[in-house]
This record gives sequence, C-alpha cells and structure tokens, in this order.
Amino acid sequence: MRVTIDEDKCCGYAACLSVAEKVFDLAADNIAAVLVEHPQGELADQAREAAAACPTSAIILLDDTE
Amino acid sequence: MSPREVVIVGASVAGVAVADELRRLGFEGRLVLVGDEPHPPYDRPPLSKDLLTGRTEPDRIRLREPAHYTDRGITLMLGVPAVRLDGRRVELADGRVLTPDAVVIATGARARSLGEPRPTLVTLRGLDDALHLRRRLADGTRLVIAGGGFIGAEAAASARALGADVTLIEAAPLPFAHLLGDEMAAALVRPHREAGVRVLTGTPVQRVDRAGGTENVLLADGQVVHGDLVLAGLGSIPNTGWLDGSGLDIGNGVRCDATGATALPGVCAVGDVAAWYEPGLGRHVRHEHWTSATEQARTVAARLLGRSPKAVPGAGVPYFWSDQYGARIQSLGNPELADETHVVHGSLDEGSFAVLYGREGRLIGAAGRDAAAHVMRHRRAITAAPFPLQPTGGT
Ligand SMILES: Cc1cc2nc3c(=O)[nH]c(=O)nc-3n(C[C@H](O)[C@H](O)[C@H](O)COP(=O)(O)OP(=O)(O)OC[C@H]3O[C@@H](n4cnc5c(N)ncnc54)[C@H](O)[C@@H]3O)c2cc1C
Ligand code: SF4
Repeated sequence: MRVTIDEDKCCGYAACLSVAEKVFDLAADNIAAVLVEHPQGELADQAREAAAACPTSAIILLDDTE
Repeated sequence: MSPREVVIVGASVAGVAVADELRRLGFEGRLVLVGDEPHPPYDRPPLSKDLLTGRTEPDRIRLREPAHYTDRGITLMLGVPAVRLDGRRVELADGRVLTPDAVVIATGARARSLGEPRPTLVTLRGLDDALHLRRRLADGTRLVIAGGGFIGAEAAASARALGADVTLIEAAPLPFAHLLGDEMAAALVRPHREAGVRVLTGTPVQRVDRAGGTENVLLADGQVVHGDLVLAGLGSIPNTGWLDGSGLDIGNGVRCDATGATALPGVCAVGDVAAWYEPGLGRHVRHEHWTSATEQARTVAARLLGRSPKAVPGAGVPYFWSDQYGARIQSLGNPELADETHVVHGSLDEGSFAVLYGREGRLIGAAGRDAAAHVMRHRRAITAAPFPLQPTGGT
C-alpha cells in the first residue's frame, strides 16, 4: 500500500495523526505529511483508519501493484 | 445474519457514513437513505464558517457527488420526512411505507429557538438557514447573537468578516469556561473583542420583541439590545418526534447501548440524535460532533452485518474543532472533568497554544488553538488511560 495526501483537500484537522501518529505528521503549513509511505501490518491498518477518519477524504491509499 | 434491506432515516453526515460503510464492508442488499431536506446531502460545519462568509458555495459542500450514490446502489429519497416507526416499518409523509430488516435512525437535531421563527429571528442548522442569514448580513447590519457557544462564536466571527455590527450575549460569566476551563476560555473570548464584537456575559436573553422594524432583545439584568437580526445559538434538540409511539427509550436522544443498538431488534441510532451508553462515564451521552457521527456510523454498519466492530484506538474520545477569526480551535477528550491543566505549547496570550488536561494525575484531554499536531498527537494516550468515572464518583 502507498499512502499519499491530496494537498488541495487536506484542511489540517490532524484526525489522521490522531489515529496513526507514526504514519502522519502535520507540516508547518498545517498540511499532513506522510512519514511512512509504504506502511505494513499494524501501521497499514492505522493508515486505513486514518483515511476513513479524515473529514475531507484527503488521504489516498493506492494498492502496490507489483 | 446479514439483512437484505437497510433503511437509513436522515441523509446527512451520519446517515451517509453508515451507507458508505455498509457498502465498503460488502453489503449487497437494498440500501435506502431517506431525508426530509430537498438538498443533496451536505456538510454542516461550513454553514457557520466559509458558507456564511461566501467563501464557499452550496455545491461545494456536498458530502458526495451524485454519481457516488448511483455507483454504489444507494437509493436517495429526499424531500420527504419519515413520520412513524412501528417495529421496522417506516412510514413516510407521502404515504409510502418501507419494510426493511434493519433501520438506522440518523435524524440529527434541530436548533433551539427563542420563539416562533420570523425572518429576523433565526437559527442556524441547515443550508437554508445559512443562505438566509448570509443574504441578510451586510455591512452595518446589527446582528444580535444569543449564546456564545460554538455556533454563536463562529457566526460572530463570520458576520464580522462581512462587516456586520455584532453583539454576542452569553448567559455564563465566560463562554466555554465550563468546557475548557477559565484560562483557555479567556483566551478564546479575546479575539471577539479585538474584532469589535460587543460581548455581554453573565446575563441570559429573556425575551425578544419586534417593534417598529427593530428586534428588541431583553436581557435578564434589564438591559435591552437593539438589532436588525437575532440569531439563537442555544444548542440543539434531537429530532425524535417521528419516533413517538415506537416504544424506543428516548431521553435526551434515542438511548442506545455502547454500540448503537436500541431496545428494538434491528433498529440502531447514530449521530446527533443518538445517546450511546458510555461505560466509562456510567451514563448515556449525546455527542454532537462531526467525528462522533462518522465513528458511530462505522460501528453501526459493522454491527448490522453481524461483525464485531473493530476497536479503533482513540475512537470514543470526544473530538471537536471550531474555526473562528481564521484560527482553528480543537478539543479532545474530556477537558471539562479536569482538576489540573498545563500549557504545553505556546502561551495563552498568543495565537497558538496547546493545553493538556489531567484528573487524578491522568491525562484526560487536550485542547488548543492553531496547534493541531500538539493537540491531536495525545489522542492515543488519552484513550490508553480510559477514565473510569463511576456515576457516584467524581465531584
Ligand atoms: C452550523 C453548524 C456548525 C457545525 N460545526 C461543527 C464543527 O466545526 N465541528 C464539529 O465537530 N461539528 C460541527 N457541527 C456539528 C455537526 O455538523 C453534527 O454533529 C453533524 O452534522 C451530525 O450529523 P447527523 O447526521 O447526526 O445529523 P444532522 O447533520 O443533523 O442530519 C440529520 C438529517 O436528518 C434529517 N431529518 C430530521 N428528521 C427527519 C425525519 N423525520 N425524516 C427524514 N429526515 C429527517 C434532517 O433534516 C437532517 O438532514 C456543526 C453543526 C452546525 C449546525
Ligand atoms: S485528517 Fe485529512 S484533512 Fe486532516 S490533516 Fe489529516 S489528511 Fe489533512
């Protein structure tokens, strides 16, 4: 899985960081930053929770197709 | 066992989230969303913020694009209220009757008013309210807001941005003090005054009369404030009227267990209309926040499909945000129960700060202004120390 942020949609609520603080952080401009681009195991679950929790659906999860 | 048909009553944040989660979890049966508003489902938080100031428009606050519903086979029945629930039989105002295997009650809440509404005595809950208010707010319009809570405070900030003359009236000595403590509340009231809002505290509104084209707002201490427009921001009342006679346990909201189930089999409730049992507090609590609505929706969808809802770390921790004067305020956990506070970032005299709230030495909440990361990173820690407040305990 690859995690990216749609920076036009992100409004800096930091809901992502509250469920997956190891995967996301907030940059100085209040836009989420991805710390772990290819999370595995528990971190992957947390990234999925974060995507569901994001109020603006700004977290995009892509399947790794290899 | 998985139901064949689910009817969700209330087509807003919570209802749409239940529908989406049911499909995401693989539910293939018929899925109907009933809503009394004619508009396609939209998001409410912008109503007092960017939609009110004109920075965004109705078509940009839709929860989903129209194709989202057709693609997922979600049938929308909009512009028609449900008027009765009998077992799992849902009666609509136009005479249609739905008989699904499961019903989700997601009818939200309505704003408490100050009397029979008129064009100059209004509330702010729906899109039509926001558009009406926006049309009336112009440079110099005298707006009187009763209630200094989130909606009142946000409306004050938005109305000032439009050049209105704003008076904010709060019954308590300091708005938000009961929720966030005196120090943080004092920091939150300052921007109102700096923006030129007249803030009157410690005196509730008693009555509003219209005379000679002016709204006269009478306060408990005898003062009269004159305005062109009065907005009540006095909290909300759950929309449970259509459930009269259903046999459901209704107090301040539809009483549910800790996973959204009501006493009627196959009937759940979510969002602003629902009061879920909180084991940690030993009572039912009606949360009125966007995030609780979506978290509850995920739990209920899993439950309806017979799966045990996956425990989300940090779920169940109350969370809300509020945007005022270009700053974002966030609160997590139960700061109102704190017996100590610590400023851990910035200072209360500055624009940006974060405060941690403790009780009996445990972290129970965090709040701040323009300090999202400093507040939100404590969510897991706040959950890790769940707060076992017994009904008889505490102070
Ligand atoms: C102006 C405003 C600003 C807000 N700002 C924030 C914020 O910044 N942060 C935050 O966390 N929360 C905020 N909230 C709260 C948040 O919007 C609510 O918690 C959320 O909308 C709850 O969703 P819900 O689906 O449970 O209820 P609602 O959004 O109230 O939706 C219920 C829907 O059901 C419909 N309905 C009612 N009765 C019937 C019936 N009998 N039949 C059919 N349909 C019916 C209603 O018309 C409505 O469309 C704000 C709310 C308002 C009003
Ligand atoms: S939850 Fe969404 S909007 Fe909020 S910071 Fe994270 S990505 Fe951005």
